[in-house]
Amino acid sequence: MRFSGRARWIFPLARFFFFAAALALAAGCSRHEPPADLTIINNVEPESLDPAIIVAQADMRVVSGLFEGLTRLEPVAARAVPGLAESWDISPDGKIYTFHLRTNLLWSTGEPITSADVVYSWIRALDPKTASRYAGQLYYLKNAEEFNTGKITNAALVGVSAPDKFTVRAELKSPTAFFLDLCAFPTLAVVPRQAIEKYGDHWLMAKQLPVSGAFQLAAWRLNDKIRLKKNLRYWDATNTQSEIIDILPVGSPNTALNLYERGQVDIVWDKELIPSELMDVLLQRADFHSFTYLGTYFFRFNVTHKPFDDPRVRKALALAVDKERIVEKITKAGEVITGHLVPAGTRNYTPPAGLGYDPVLARKLLAEAGYPGGKGFPRFEYLFNAAAGGGGKIHENVAIELQQMWRDELGISMELRQVETQVFWGMQSRLDYQLSRSSWIGDYNDANTFLGMFVTGDGNNETGWSNPHYDELVHAANEETDLTRREKLFQQAETILVHDELPIVPLYIYVGINYFDTNKVLGIWENVLDDHPLRSIRKIKAKL
Amino acid sequence: MYFLRRILFAIPLLLVISVLAFVLVHLAPGGPFDSERKPASPEIERNIKAKYHLDEPIWKQYGRYLGDLLHGDFGVSLKYRNHSVNDIIAQGLPVSMLLGGLAFCFATAVGVPLGFFTAARRGRWPDYLGSFFAVLAVCIPSFVVAPALILIFAMKLKWFPVALWSTPWHMVLPSIALGSYFVGKVARIMREGMLTAAQSEFVTAARAKGLGETALLLKHAFPIALLPVVSYSGPMLADLLTGSFIIENIFQIPGIGVFLVNSSLNRDYTVVVGLSLLYAMLLIALNLAVDFAYTWLDPRVKYE
Amino acid sequence: MNDEKVDSSKLSVERKTTEAAASGAQLATRNSQLHASPGQRAWRRFKKNRVAVLSAWYLVFLLAVILAWPILLKISGGDFAKLHNPDQLSDGQFAPPTAQYWFGTDVHGRDVFSRTLFGAQISLLVGVVGAGVSLVIGVLWGAIAGYVGGRLDSFLMRLVDILYSLPSIIFVIVLITTLGEMLKQSHLVQQSPAMASALRVVLLFVGLGAISWLTMARIIRGQVLSLRSRAFVEASRTLGAGTTRILFRHIIPNIFGVAITYVALTMPAIILYESFLSYLGLGVQPPMASWGTLIAEGVSQINPIRIYWWLIVFPGGVLVTTLLALNFLGDGLRDAWDVKGK
Repeated sequence: MRFSGRARWIFPLARFFFFAAALALAAGCSRHEPPADLTIINNVEPESLDPAIIVAQADMRVVSGLFEGLTRLEPVAARAVPGLAESWDISPDGKIYTFHLRTNLLWSTGEPITSADVVYSWIRALDPKTASRYAGQLYYLKNAEEFNTGKITNAALVGVSAPDKFTVRAELKSPTAFFLDLCAFPTLAVVPRQAIEKYGDHWLMAKQLPVSGAFQLAAWRLNDKIRLKKNLRYWDATNTQSEIIDILPVGSPNTALNLYERGQVDIVWDKELIPSELMDVLLQRADFHSFTYLGTYFFRFNVTHKPFDDPRVRKALALAVDKERIVEKITKAGEVITGHLVPAGTRNYTPPAGLGYDPVLARKLLAEAGYPGGKGFPRFEYLFNAAAGGGGKIHENVAIELQQMWRDELGISMELRQVETQVFWGMQSRLDYQLSRSSWIGDYNDANTFLGMFVTGDGNNETGWSNPHYDELVHAANEETDLTRREKLFQQAETILVHDELPIVPLYIYVGINYFDTNKVLGIWENVLDDHPLRSIRKIKAKL
Repeated sequence: MYFLRRILFAIPLLLVISVLAFVLVHLAPGGPFDSERKPASPEIERNIKAKYHLDEPIWKQYGRYLGDLLHGDFGVSLKYRNHSVNDIIAQGLPVSMLLGGLAFCFATAVGVPLGFFTAARRGRWPDYLGSFFAVLAVCIPSFVVAPALILIFAMKLKWFPVALWSTPWHMVLPSIALGSYFVGKVARIMREGMLTAAQSEFVTAARAKGLGETALLLKHAFPIALLPVVSYSGPMLADLLTGSFIIENIFQIPGIGVFLVNSSLNRDYTVVVGLSLLYAMLLIALNLAVDFAYTWLDPRVKYE
Repeated sequence: MNDEKVDSSKLSVERKTTEAAASGAQLATRNSQLHASPGQRAWRRFKKNRVAVLSAWYLVFLLAVILAWPILLKISGGDFAKLHNPDQLSDGQFAPPTAQYWFGTDVHGRDVFSRTLFGAQISLLVGVVGAGVSLVIGVLWGAIAGYVGGRLDSFLMRLVDILYSLPSIIFVIVLITTLGEMLKQSHLVQQSPAMASALRVVLLFVGLGAISWLTMARIIRGQVLSLRSRAFVEASRTLGAGTTRILFRHIIPNIFGVAITYVALTMPAIILYESFLSYLGLGVQPPMASWGTLIAEGVSQINPIRIYWWLIVFPGGVLVTTLLALNFLGDGLRDAWDVKGK
């Protein structure tokens, strides 16, 4: 009986174990935090909150609450208005901007914010060691590109300086119509030198993080939440509408919807967080708000790969796509199909018409190119990235539709190639694909953010396409101060892009969708940039 | 003795694992810094790579990594560049362990009695019904169980929150969803154990003494039958920890399971290697603890 | 995938050795026809287990349907074939089950019934090949380690320990993606993209099997260790039989029962694991479907507003019933070969 005697210890052991588990449970919930005024689902966890290195829009929404720039975007139409700078003068040739900072600016930890901080922040973003992927936004400054690519090493040569404590002087290479919008862009936000020099890469985890924006970082737990607390030292703190905002990283549309339905969150804002299958039902509801958005869904051709080096082939494929079907059956958010890349509604710009839907012409072109009825056309692959665990399957579904359309209308065979997202970016940039799904969301409200990509050698071109005439037109447009002439130049460029040469085929313009109850949440206006400053939003407390 | 040797052996084992994980993850195509917005120049790409020493030969990178490791520094995440791997582990591990622990409790609390009763009522309808459910539990994937539970208990009945992790109410559904598969496994092992134990000499002797059948089984066969369950606890806890990804993903729980999978997909080298090592350490420790418990409980078993 | 530890089978080993010894004596006295071979006895026991037999019949039926369906589509031709082509898109999105589409349609208007059956091909193939791979590797590894013993045994088992401690998800992702890249460079694939898809699927099977053999190796090693010193092996050795002969004629047939049981029980685990990979987007690639991808699609439709229940009930139901059948079959086989408590 010695044997079963020992084993009897299992009972008390088990009891102890259950008791310990209960204790652990209680301990686990000992973190008592006051509830937030506002809870927002923002899409996945931000890579970083360092304004100089982030690239994703979701990250930028949070960062804009923490760090501000010379200008900021106002909530209604997302226009640039005074931020840390209260006014500015622009030279007649449009190349010199003199910003006058407010004199009462303080970091959240109490030190004054001066023009030296602004210069420090911009130079840091351009510093090759920071390795900022958005440094290109600052290339409009004189010598900025040379400094960033290492051609010059003296930061003093870059076109930004601080003549005195409250003045920032920016010298541009050429007049840039959207420079003030750029100043509101997170890459140009003002960051605390004192923390960065003290803590290095770990500066965002500092106990007392100095911030220049409307909110402080109260807590940042990965995949759990980011908690923002009102920054009382912000110059406009009296107008900050909420005290505590929680930002939750949720990647799955169904989970986001469930959380919203149960009232655990107040706002869900990111177009990827809407289950597309339910779109028709959801869009009927009053709390689902859809609006046009500066973003386009398209696909790229690798023009260095036969047979896609022949524009007739590319045109044929473009003409055979029934975009209406895709928008009706797959995406269902009421997106507008498009033949042009730059969305209508972009400031100071009316896009030219692109190609329409014409399978007959498509077949003719394909025959001309040497593949009548699709005979002899080599099999090719459409590359797209997988949505991991619970994410929407838009790319795959669009791919399947395209495959069918081209098979039925043109008689050509396409294979689907799904890869992981990281692999996808790498393959696309190495031109290791034949067709690849693509999208682009505008960084600022101007045609250049879309058309500038396809200039020869631009890092975001990724098609191998090069057209010197296109390059000339885009450069000329960016030098142009007259807005009408500028628009014409861009239109000519875009016509080459989407009508004549077609290294890309635009499919539809994104529709942004946010959901929140307008009776409870105030301070959000729909605008094309889908930009809603956190400082303007508040929730009405329920009357009990 | 045996256990001391195993603990000592764990060290070179972990070393080998670190090399394996390091090499494997670097072999995979794609890198951590490939992304949608390409930097304006290849210079910048080079700079990022240089900053994290990704341009050095792999053995050199590993040497550097090992050096840091010996100081207890698992490195900085390549994707979440403001967080170190230590931060990630400190945040996520307690959560995953709690989730795993609760799922373990659920699995044993339901599985052990289920196994006992199906064995005690062998051949009759409670056995057929119970065994059927035990096998069924093993056949339904957890990513089907979880949304079903959410739909019924969180959305329709509104008894529990839908997702996230802060109060005990949040912990119920995820633990059940995670533990359901193991309820089946534990029940089956328990039943096997009971049936074997019922044949043993101790029980036959006790039966001769004239005790009632169920009380008999409970007093004498049950402790013997628990041994295989104990020895399965090791792999079970390991599976609970490594398999928690799906549940953490569906319920938005900030554990490390999600990190492990996402870091593999993101090619976040430091996190992948760091978490692999962590898991390896946990697995080794678990296996060791379970083997130790087993020897202690059953003196017949000897390890050479 | 971790499973019951070897040591828990030590209890069964005691029983097995008695049986092995008995069967050994029978092999020695081959002339006696009065006692049936262990194989025949096991078969008789198996037949008495009604649930296991039912499961076996269900699997046979499923296999028949899966094999017959594509043939049916081919010979019927015309509209019927077009309608039920698993890759054929239609305008009838998300249609509930009707006379035309027995399991309803999905987001592209494809026939879910057909996709379930074609998906079954992939899933079952994954299960069989994966279990087969793990069987072969596991048996060879375990048998050699157990039989040769000594330092080789130590070395081989240490390797198993190492691999046990690696989180398998990383292993799988890297295995599939790295080997996939390497394959892509090879000539075979350059010539034919269809070959590329096929190869990618095979890679998946091999990958899944390669991570499942560990437990098998441990169990086999345990069995072989005990068998090695049994009377009939001693007898063989005195008669002058060499290592290979003993290995193949005496050891392996005696672990056949354990092996076959384990295969039947590993298949569901592998099929489940493939469904997890599909959920992550790493399993079979579109437009091919497996039960895993179909269920993952179906699960994404579970929400409080409107559920297209047929997308999850049918593929899910077929998956669960098949896994149930495999489990019951495996249990039946184990009971038949092992003679545990009656």
